[in-house]
Amino acid sequence: MSGTGIPGPSAHSPNSTARGALVVVRAGALTTVQDLGRPGYAHLGVSRSGALDEPAHRLANRLLGNPESAATLETTFSGCAVRVPGPAVAVVTGAPCPVTVDGRPAPWGVPVRLPAGAVIDAGPATHGLRSYLAFAGGIQVPAELGSRATDLLSGIGPAPLRDGDRLPVGPPGPTDGPGRATVEAARWQAPPRELVLPVLCGPRTDWFTADALRTLMTRTYRVSPKGNRIGLRLDGPALERARDDELPSEGMTLGAVQVPPEGRPVVFLADHPVTGGYPVIGVVPPEHLAPAAQAVPGTPVRFVPAGPAPRDR
Amino acid sequence: MSAPLVHRVGRNGLLVELEDAEAAEALHAEILRRRVDGTLPPVREVVPGARTILLDGLSEPQRLAAELPSWDVPPLRRDEGSALEIRVRYDGPDLDEVAGLWGVDTAEVARIHAGTVFRVAFCGFAPGFAYLTGLDPEYHVPRRADPRTSVPAGAVALAGPYTGVYPRSSPGGWQLIGTAPGTVLWDSARKPAALLAPGTRVRFVPEESR
Repeated sequence: MSGTGIPGPSAHSPNSTARGALVVVRAGALTTVQDLGRPGYAHLGVSRSGALDEPAHRLANRLLGNPESAATLETTFSGCAVRVPGPAVAVVTGAPCPVTVDGRPAPWGVPVRLPAGAVIDAGPATHGLRSYLAFAGGIQVPAELGSRATDLLSGIGPAPLRDGDRLPVGPPGPTDGPGRATVEAARWQAPPRELVLPVLCGPRTDWFTADALRTLMTRTYRVSPKGNRIGLRLDGPALERARDDELPSEGMTLGAVQVPPEGRPVVFLADHPVTGGYPVIGVVPPEHLAPAAQAVPGTPVRFVPAGPAPRDR
Repeated sequence: MSAPLVHRVGRNGLLVELEDAEAAEALHAEILRRRVDGTLPPVREVVPGARTILLDGLSEPQRLAAELPSWDVPPLRRDEGSALEIRVRYDGPDLDEVAGLWGVDTAEVARIHAGTVFRVAFCGFAPGFAYLTGLDPEYHVPRRADPRTSVPAGAVALAGPYTGVYPRSSPGGWQLIGTAPGTVLWDSARKPAALLAPGTRVRFVPEESR
C-alpha cells in the first residue's frame, strides 16, 4: 500500500488450497469460522473474538485429533452443510442437532468418516444455539493476527459463510495412526433452562444506586433475541444510575456487564468492543459464558454473587 | 500527582483510574516501560482509556493493585522524536460548521489542526481507530446531533478533546473536517497492522489543493 503502483507479492501462497476446499452448500443463518481468538491486541481496537462455546470448540478438535486451536465452523441456530473435497473426518459438537451425511442420519458428537464429495449437514439446533462443525486438519483460511476467527464487530477474519463459499482444509493429523488415543465421547451438556450468571462487582458498581444492584441480583431477566456474538442482550428491569455524567471511554473485558442509558444489562461476549463509554456494573467470569452463548431467546437469567475462583481454593 | 484509584475487574483484571488524561498517559508509558524491562507481572492486555488503564489477564491482580498506587511515575515527556505524518485534504462536510464553532475561517481551521502535534491516547471503535489528543481545549467541539449512517474511510474528524481518522467506512457522529487520502490505518498483512498505537505522535500535513 505504499502507492508505488507496483503490485506486491500475494500475501497468501495459493498452495494452501492444494488439498482442495470445502464447499458451503447451506450457510445457515450465521456460520462463522472460529478458533481460540486473538488475545493481546485490545490496545489496537481488536477484540479477542474466538468460539463462543469454547469447551465445545475444544472438544470437537480433541475428538478429531486436531490441536484445540484448529479452526472450526460455529453455526447459529439453523446449522450449516458443507461438501468435502476428498475423504474426510468430521464431528459436530455444541448445540445438539440432527446430523446427516448425504441425507442419511449420522451421529452427533462422534467423529464421522466422509467419502470424497459427501455433504455433511448439521441441522437446526434441537437445544441451545451454536453447534461446532469441525474437520480433521481444521479449516485453514488465512490467519489474521495469529487467528482465523471471524470478528463481527471489528470486521477482521473471514466474512460469515455464504452458500457457494470455498474453505481450505488442512492435512488431517495422525488420526488413523497407531498412536491415536481412545475415542472420547462428547458429553451431552444440556443447555440451561435457566441461565445463572455469577457476577463480581466492579469496576463501576458505584455508578448505580443500591436499588439497581439489588435489582440485578434478585430479579429475573430474559435472553433477548437481539443478542449476538458481541453481547448477550437481556430484557428485564432497568438498572438505575446513581450519577448522570458521562463516563470517559475505558477498557472493556470479556464478561463485562455493561449498562447502556436505557438500563438493560448487556453481557459482553467474544466480539465485544475493547473500549466503551457506558459503566460496567460487574463482570461474569469467562468460564460461565459458554452456557450464556447457548441460551436461546426467552431463557430466564438470574445474576448471583460470584464465589471464589474454582482454581484459587 | 495524586495516587490512582484501582478498581477490580472480574478475577484477573484491574482498572486504574487517574485524575486526568495526562496522568493516564504517563502511567501507561510507565507500565509499558516495566513490561519491556520485565518488572511488570505477566499481563495479557494493557488497554489505555481516556483517563484509565485496563490491565487484564493478571494471575495475581491483588498484588499489583496494592503496589501500583505507590509507583513513582515520571511525568510524560513531550516532544521527543519525530511525529508520524498524515497527509490531509481539508475538505470535510463539517468544515464550515467547525470554523463557525471556532470563530475562524476554514483556512484557519486547517492551519490550527495541522499546527498541532497530536498523540494517540487510546484506540477502539474499530481496528486502527485512534483517539488523538493535543488540541487546545478552546477547539474542542461537540459530536454532531445527528450522527451519519455512513462516514467514508479516511475521513478526518473532531469530537470533544479528540481528533481521529476513520480506518474504514462506518457510522459516525464526529465532525468531518477533511480526508486523508492514501493513508492505510489498518492492514492485517502489514507489521504492525495498526499505523497508530497508544503513544504514537502524529502531525497532519495539509495537502496542497490542485
